[in-house]
Order: sequence, then structure tokens, then C-alpha cells
Amino acid sequence: MDRRDFIKIGSAGAMGLGAAALGCSPRKPKTASDETEQMIMRENPRNGDKVSLLGFGCMRWPMVKDESGNEVIDQEAVNEMVDYAIAHGINYFDTSPAYLRGLSERAAGDALARHPRSSYYIATKLSNFGDHSREASIKMYEDSFKEMHTDYFDYYLLHSIGRGGDHAFRERYVNNGMMDFLLGEKAKGRIRNLGFSFHGSKDAFDSFMRIHDSGEFTWDFCQIEMNYIDWKHADGVRNVNADYLYAELEKRGIPVIIMEPLLGGRLANVPMGISRQMKMREPDRSAASWAFRFCGSYPGVLCILSGMSSMDPLKENIQTFGHFEPLNQEELDFMERMAVQMKEYPLVNCTNCQYCMPCPWGIDIPGIFKHYNTSITDGTYAQSREQKDYEKLRKAYLTSYDKAIPTVRQADHCIGCGVCLHRCPQSIHIPNELRRIDAYVEKLKQKL
Amino acid sequence: MKIIRIALALLFLSGITLMFVGIEGLSSWMGWMPKMQFLPAVMALNAGVIIFIVLLTFCFGRIYCSVICPLGVMQDGISRVGVLVKRLRKNRRPFHYRKEQKLIRYGIWVLFVAAILAGVQVFVALLAPYSAYGRIVNSIFSFKTGPVLVVAAVTLVAVGITALFFGRQYCNIVCPVGTTLSFFSRFAIFRPVIDADKCKNCKMCEHACKASCIDIKTHSIDYSRCVDCFDCIDNCKFGALQYRNAYRKTTAPVSMEAGSANGRRAFLAGAALGLGALSVKAQNKKVDGGFAEVLPKRTLERETPLTPPGSVSVNDFYRRCTACQLCVSACPNGVLRPSADLNHFMQPQMGFENGYCRPECTECSTVCPSGAILSITREEKTQYHVGTASVNRELCVAEHGTSCGNCARHCPVGAIQMIESSEGFTVPSVDASVCIGCGACEFLCPARPVSAITVNGRHQHLDI
Repeated sequence: MDRRDFIKIGSAGAMGLGAAALGCSPRKPKTASDETEQMIMRENPRNGDKVSLLGFGCMRWPMVKDESGNEVIDQEAVNEMVDYAIAHGINYFDTSPAYLRGLSERAAGDALARHPRSSYYIATKLSNFGDHSREASIKMYEDSFKEMHTDYFDYYLLHSIGRGGDHAFRERYVNNGMMDFLLGEKAKGRIRNLGFSFHGSKDAFDSFMRIHDSGEFTWDFCQIEMNYIDWKHADGVRNVNADYLYAELEKRGIPVIIMEPLLGGRLANVPMGISRQMKMREPDRSAASWAFRFCGSYPGVLCILSGMSSMDPLKENIQTFGHFEPLNQEELDFMERMAVQMKEYPLVNCTNCQYCMPCPWGIDIPGIFKHYNTSITDGTYAQSREQKDYEKLRKAYLTSYDKAIPTVRQADHCIGCGVCLHRCPQSIHIPNELRRIDAYVEKLKQKL
Repeated sequence: MKIIRIALALLFLSGITLMFVGIEGLSSWMGWMPKMQFLPAVMALNAGVIIFIVLLTFCFGRIYCSVICPLGVMQDGISRVGVLVKRLRKNRRPFHYRKEQKLIRYGIWVLFVAAILAGVQVFVALLAPYSAYGRIVNSIFSFKTGPVLVVAAVTLVAVGITALFFGRQYCNIVCPVGTTLSFFSRFAIFRPVIDADKCKNCKMCEHACKASCIDIKTHSIDYSRCVDCFDCIDNCKFGALQYRNAYRKTTAPVSMEAGSANGRRAFLAGAALGLGALSVKAQNKKVDGGFAEVLPKRTLERETPLTPPGSVSVNDFYRRCTACQLCVSACPNGVLRPSADLNHFMQPQMGFENGYCRPECTECSTVCPSGAILSITREEKTQYHVGTASVNRELCVAEHGTSCGNCARHCPVGAIQMIESSEGFTVPSVDASVCIGCGACEFLCPARPVSAITVNGRHQHLDI
């Protein structure tokens, strides 16, 4: 779903055709037969694991309604995607006991169990957000083995540490003895690599690097949020820029796993003004491929995770990684310019990760943000009455808003209780952003 | 002649139907049509329209019933089907002369007038032809279940069957507007006249008369019941029937001038929320994603009913409203719905479970044909204090320590202040003198299924 507009971007390509002839080197035309090209692999310098540069994020499996109307994972679609992914060289699958209301691990496990265990790597996490007692944490850890039908994890992560810094880390993992437990498990071979995923400030990250340097605990790998926006334009206060994180990890030879290379699909569906400039350079490449190539251009990156929710982005991504071309310095500079321009748009920095959900008051937070962002990237954002087509855009926004979000889950129902604040890995001030959108909707309704 | 009648009738029927269905844009052209309706015009004391219709009837007979009245035109359509079916069964005499049912007809009329004066709205709303049509169309197109649907269905079946077998009997026995107009049409200047010299007594006209008002035995027509459909003239092969000035031996063409009134677009009432159960249950988060349940808000019993801005007072509103449902189908915010209360059966009232009376919206006031909701501008809207909000501190989440203030944040007139409670929480307090009763606070209050802040109606809406 997040990426349903993925292909649409391509249609904007025609406008850049003329300009492309001026200076860009000709690229091989892409056809279906190219899909058989070899997935690019990276080697883990610490243990020799050959990991596909494109990894499968299991946070966005396709959902369907079952007989009783409940949303469940479309297991048939998952199987099909996993089979296709493995057949095309993807061998890294990342999940968590918290994803998709706790349904993700089982779905991934069921699909993967149909393949030889040695043909893929499993990454999952200790996502003990609610109750981080030793008992609850060990139960979560053991449950993951059952859900995924395996007796070892290739990559095991302390899920999303960084908020609350060193103190919170010690609360969740050290004082309750979980670090010692996990190291014991590693010695037994049930965990092959122990690392963590990170969202947080520079200070927090530095403290985890100090832990590594001092030898208290060593990190076999680290998962960070990295893309051409976060490279230099994370908010800088609560979330540190990715260029810093990457440099620190590379310096220590810690393999880097990348999450949110597309910011939950937002970098696959960029504003027209941005996509046009990309098309001027590469008429046949999508905005998503630019974002992937940006991440893959850094050699310390072991794997780039993408939460693919249907066969369409999966196939397209496999093509991108099939004939992967790293960006040169000039192209990296271009991406930086795009990032600067992107910051000009009033987008909400939401990646639709659902960590904020469920909102206790029933607000569809990611849905509201996504609807709002889409109107900006599609250029259907009604700004002022002087704007051409204002009335049409106004109506279109209000109608699609009501269609996308039930009235009682819309932004005006947010009471600002603030429960969501600490849950957001992007440090979005969710109540403020909802109020901003509510004010915008109110402005449209009142035709101001 | 008949062609012109049918064309104009279809124009009116489709125009009014479209208003009820709420096709956007079209209705800006059709807005005057509901205001041409007789009973709403009487309720609105719209002298222009009343005089126009009375003069029209006095000059040309009950053209109103054949052209302007949607229920009448609908019956003509049904009756036409009945005639065709009868023809298929070799019955070439679908209608025949009946005597005027004076006792029933005038009895109903007297009761009806008494009901208006006494304010017995149920009776008025049940019989009023335009309101009956409005209910039928509104219920069919909006799929709203409830008592109104039952009434509409019963009306449709009763009127439909009567029309199918007996033509315009409803109009000439039950319909109070028909009876009123009959007082004038009796003396209509232009009317179908039988030339006894030319008549061959074939009775073709009598058998074609939906109103059963032609008596060929005496070569007379009961003009109190004739609705000027011209079917008789069409069916006379001998030219014995003419539509002409009955007092002079000249003929004049029928001319119809449409009065103009302003009206604006009507929206289809928002479809019912397809939400299942909704209740706010603060879950202890363990996994990502999913939705908390949100209970639907319960429909409240309000001590004083809420009637829309533009109604001067509750009493005035209920006195004038003919329960035609036009405002209900025009309300884009899901606020107006027909009442199930017997005293105001089917007359609209407001409720804020699915939306509130938005500051920019004046849709109901622009469509109301009866003057129950006066036409107001967006600026004038805040002068109408239709209700007053009050806080139930037991239910308010802010009183229990949750940071909220959603009511104060959304009050369009700033009537709600957030103040510090004795327990140190920031809680809402309503300035009743400022509150206009729009329901934004009630709709947006997080307490469910009953809001902690609710609006009660005010009897008098305008402070003069």
C-alpha cells in the first residue's frame, strides 16, 4: 500500500526525455528478462555471511479481511513474495514480534519454513516496549523461535534503542540481566549476531559506541535509519544525522543494516518538482531507485531493508539491485540538493511505521499523515483561494479525506493526550502535526 | 396542449426530485421549484407565491396539480401505467364519472386547517402532498431506516394503488391543497368546456378522465376536481371539448410564468458511517498498528429540541415546517434528521453524533420552502443561538487528569474557556451567553458513548 504509487512516478518520465539526451550516458533498457540478473551481494567482514544488498523488511505485509471482517495478513501473497524474493537472490528477512499487531513474525516464518533454512538469514528483535521484565523479555525471545520455526537467529536486535539514552538501555537490557542472557544464547549458537536498531540523539549513539569501544558489550552489527534526507537533514536534535552514524560505524568496522531507505515509501513518491529533476537525469529510473542507490553507494552498508507490500515494488526493487550502479560524487551532491529541496515542502516526516498505533482515542495517525503528504507530493495541495483550481483541489482534498479516514478517526478528534509522543521513532510531534492538518482542513471547509 | 403540460410537469418533477436526491450544482437552477409549492408557501406566508397560485388557478384551473405538484405528477405517471395495463386487458374504459365525495373531502379539509391552527403537525405532515413526495424520494434515495421510511412506504403504497386503479382520487378527496384550489378552479376562466351540440355521447372523454369529473349524461364537468390534464380534449374525436374562456367565446393560449426564488445546491446527506463498534479503550500497547475501538455516540434525548439556525424559535419552526425533508437531505454534516417524537413526527431536528452544524454551512436555510428556516447568510448564522452547551464533569476526561481541551479548541465562537479546577486540572467551562449551540464541542468530545459536553436546545433563537 505504501508504495502503490511507485510505478506512477514513471509516467512523469516523458517530460524529462529531451533533456536526458543532452548529457547522460545511455543506460541499458530494462526488460523483463533483466530480472534474472544477479542480485548484488555484500560480504559481512566479520563472519563472511554473503548478504543480499536488498533485504526484505517484514513490517508492511499485505493485509486482507478474513471471514469475520478482521484484518489479517494475506499469507498467500506473502508466500508468493517470499518465494519470488528468494528465487531472485534476496536472503535477508527482517521482522519483529511487534510488527503488524504481532502478526508479522508468524507470516514470515510460515513462508520461509518452506525453504531450506540455510538459504536465508533471519533477523528479528527483542521488542520489549511494554513490559521489560526479564521474564517477559525471555518469553518474547523464546516465542520468536516458535513463530519463525527455527532454532537460531542469524541477526538479533535490541529493538529501537536510543530514546532515553544509556539509562533507558540499561533499564531495558542490562539491569534485568537480558544482555547477559543474550550473550549466553550467542555462545550457544542460538544467536549468531547481536546488534541493535537505533533511533535517537548523538549523545545516545555515542554512549553505545563507548560501550563497544570499552568492550563492555560488542556490537556485531547495527541497524540505522539512512536515506538521502536523513543523511544530513534528520532533525539533528532528537534524531542524529545518518552521515554521523555511518561514519562512526564504518570507523569501527561494524556492518550497517539500513532501515527506512525510502522513508516508508515517501521517497518513492516524491513531489513533482523533485521527480522531474530526477527524470531529467535518468528518464527510465524511478525516484525509489535513486534512494536505494544512494544507500548502496556506501561500502559499509551490508543490507538495505525495504518493506515491500506487494509484488510490484518487489519486482522493481529487484531490478534496481540487479544491475546496481553506485552513485558518483556528482550524483551524491545531486541527492543532497534534492534533500534540501524536499525540506521546503510542508510534509509530515512520517514513515507509516505504525509504532504510534493504536492511538488510545482511535485516531488514524499514519493514515492522516499519509493522506496529507500524498496531496502535497501529487501537487493537489490547495493553498489559497487565488490558486488556480482552488475549488476543485479543495473539494478533492475534503472528499478523499473523508473517504480515507472515518470521521471519528480524523485529526479534529485528537485531544492531545501525548501518549504517542514517545512512540514515534521519527520524533514527530504528533499532536502538533495533527493540529496543523486539522487547521488546514478547517480552512478548506470554511473556504478561507 | 397536453404535450406542454407533460413537458412542464416532467421539468418540475425532475427538478424537485433532483433537489431531494441532492445532485450538486443542478439544484442551483431548481431551488425555486420547492418554493413554488402551495402549502410550504402558506407556511412561509409567502404572499407572492400564494397569490400567483391562486390567480393561476382562478384563470386556468388546477394547472398547479398537473404541473407543479410532484405528488400529482407522480400519480399521473402511475395512473398512466394503470391505464396501459387495463388497455392490455381490453378494458377501454379505465375511468368513469363519480360523484364528488363532499362530506369526506371537506371534512378532511376542515380537519386539516384545524390541525394547522392547532399545531397538530403529524396530521399536517401526513397529508401535505409535497411533504409526502419529499419523504418518499428522500427515503428511497438515502436508504435511511426508521419511522419515516415506514410512513413514506405506506404513503407510496396507498397513493400508488389509488392512482393505479382510480386516477386522481387522492387529489380530489384527501389532498387539502387540491381542495383549497378547488374553491378557485370552480370559477376558472379558462377550462375545458363541452359543446353539447358536437358531443356524440361516446363517453371517450369520461373514460379518459383521471379525476372522474366528467359526466356526459349531463354534459357537465366538475371543475372543482378537474386538474386540467387535457386528456379529455385529446380523446374527443369530434372536437366537442375545448379548453377556452368559459365566460367568453374566445380562446387564449396557456402561459406559465415561473416565479423566481433563490435556492442553492443541496448535498446528499452524508452516508452513514460504515464504522462498526467504536469505544475508547485505552489499550496497553504491546504491538504496533491496529485501531482502538471507538464507540458510536448515543442519540440524546434533549429537553428542548434543537432546530436549525434560521428558525426564529422552536415553536415557530414546528408551526411552519411541513416535514418535507428537503433540509434533511440538504444537510451535508449529518446533523438534521427527522424526529420520531409524536408531537413533531417527521419534522427535522438536530443531533451531533455524526457531525456538527458547521459555521460556513447555510444549506438548510437556503432550501427551506416553508419559512420554518429563514434564509440566512454565513455571517448571520452566529446570531442564532439555537442551544447552549453544558459540561457533565463526571464524564469529562480532563476532570480526570487527561490533557484534552478539544471542545475549547474547536468552539467557533470562543464560548469555552479552559480553567483550572480545584484538583489542579485544566477543564472546560462554557459561557452560555456566547454559545450558539452548533455542537462542535459535543461532536468532538472524546467521551463516549455520551459526550461530556452536550447541547440543549433554546426556545427562542434570536435575541431581539
